[in-house]
Amino acid sequence: MAGLLLSPTEKIYILHGVQDDYRSDGRTNIDYRPMELETDVVSHASGSARLRLANTDILVGVKTEIDVPKPDNPGLGKIDFFVDCSANATPEFEGRGGEQLANNISNMLQRAYNSSQAFDLKQLCILEGKQCWKLYVDILILECGGNLCDAVSLAVKAALFNTRIPFVKAALMDGGSVDFQLSDDPYDCKLLEAGTAPLLVTLCKIGDKCVVDPSAEEESCSVISLIVGITGNPKYYSKDAIETPNFKCKCSTIGMNGPGSVAPETFKNAINQGIIAANSLDEALGRALLRERQECNNFKKNSYGFLK
Amino acid sequence: MSGHVTIRLASERVNHCVASSNELPRFYTPGEVISGMQDFMRGHGTYVEDDCIKSSVAGVMQKVNKLICVRPLKSRYVGEIGDVVVGRVLEVQQKRWKVETNSRLDSILQLSSVNLPGGELRRRSAEDEQMMRKHLQEGDLISAEVQSVFSDGSLSLHTRSLKYGKLSQGVLMKVFPSLIKRRKNHFHNLPCGIAIIIGNNGFIWMSPQQQNIVIEENKDEIENYELQPISKSDREIMARLKNCIAALVASKMMLDDSSIMFAYEESLRYDDVKELLDPEVMLDIAFLTQHRLNSIMEE
Repeated sequence: MAGLLLSPTEKIYILHGVQDDYRSDGRTNIDYRPMELETDVVSHASGSARLRLANTDILVGVKTEIDVPKPDNPGLGKIDFFVDCSANATPEFEGRGGEQLANNISNMLQRAYNSSQAFDLKQLCILEGKQCWKLYVDILILECGGNLCDAVSLAVKAALFNTRIPFVKAALMDGGSVDFQLSDDPYDCKLLEAGTAPLLVTLCKIGDKCVVDPSAEEESCSVISLIVGITGNPKYYSKDAIETPNFKCKCSTIGMNGPGSVAPETFKNAINQGIIAANSLDEALGRALLRERQECNNFKKNSYGFLK
Repeated sequence: MSGHVTIRLASERVNHCVASSNELPRFYTPGEVISGMQDFMRGHGTYVEDDCIKSSVAGVMQKVNKLICVRPLKSRYVGEIGDVVVGRVLEVQQKRWKVETNSRLDSILQLSSVNLPGGELRRRSAEDEQMMRKHLQEGDLISAEVQSVFSDGSLSLHTRSLKYGKLSQGVLMKVFPSLIKRRKNHFHNLPCGIAIIIGNNGFIWMSPQQQNIVIEENKDEIENYELQPISKSDREIMARLKNCIAALVASKMMLDDSSIMFAYEESLRYDDVKELLDPEVMLDIAFLTQHRLNSIMEE
């Protein structure tokens, strides 16, 4: 991220604040700033979402295509992430400037989704060993105000929740090749189950403690940040919640950013803090998505997008 | 805001407008025709094309007799002599510091226009120039006054008064310069125990009130004082002030000590400071503040 210049005394103020668990805008160390979410913003995508967290603005579109499954996983579909850093976000993204950051984020997502407990790829299978759905998740960063990973993962999950896959009406076996007939009716489709999709939580180490959702000032006070991917809890994503008592969120990936180092004790605390944060994120996201779906059912949805 | 996370839907977006009469002023966009050339003169923010006066910025039109100006909604800070600014030192150069003040060009603080701490007089020597970084280094925040404006619009600052100089622990907020109300005094000790500097350039600095430390004291002790942690109660008040200012800015209300203090008093009905981050609460505070300002105007 862009280096912001801070004076030593300002840094001390932020550091003491984090130690007191009281940050400069009154949040505690595991509080997020308010977010705004809208799904189904891109009419020609299978699923889409837009998320705004403070000054970070993310647009995600999901595209579906029929593909041949990998020979070692014949029963699984595919998912692919592509992050595009728009030069509108910051001038540094111009040309190839944002490429490294984009690759980092898409690799992080790929790794977080790469577990059967994180996102069930079986639901993308059409005909085992022959055909499957491939999801292209395109992420566009429109404005960059810090805490990109968290915002991106939330927007991706919302877009996947919103994704519709057409039903296959008939299949023709013609020798070795398969021919499909897809339903023409745009409403004749199934929704993806995205309840377990992972969320990324960035933990910024300031002093001995970690904070989530750092502001730009806080980011420049820390030398290292941990990114943990935590699987979601499907009970937040359906109305007739089936309570699974032993359900535990699992950590599916860990990444680190920055030149600093982390002591084992801090590391453990950070992951626990990440799991708590991811759980509350997941709950809030699920509630918002269900509410939006409810609104869609009640009346024709108006799209707000960037205006209003 | 009860939990740790709130996600609201776009359909629940809050409109931050608090204008008492519901009509908004007419906005002009760049390139929009304002009027014919016949009996008007073009002022700032306009240009002439095809015998028409057109706007060159996005903003509201102001007419003085026959002169037409367009005041931009958002712009960089345009300095005037005597303005109080808060700035950040970017670079230490030969005999001067380069300071970021949110104007189009970086401002300059000459070594000859600073007072050394402790009121000690400066000797013009090479040694003295080498000590510059000891005094102000990159990243330091200062409060200063605009001494003069160069022909290219860049500012020359001075800190030749005890009230100006390096700032220690506190919070900096950046707002639009156009929202700062010009006042005689921009240094305020608010009744809630916080000192605030409302810079004309849109930088607002908040810090706990100094317990009148004597300037002549040992320099080490001052430095020690700078590193002391700030009490939780002061921190809470500063966070509340910060969120109040953010609420006023979201509703595009003018900022001065009275509007900030009103907003602070209105915000006390919300116990938890982080509640003030919620857009609905922000609108509520801005609305109540506007109401109080209006009632004062009527009296």
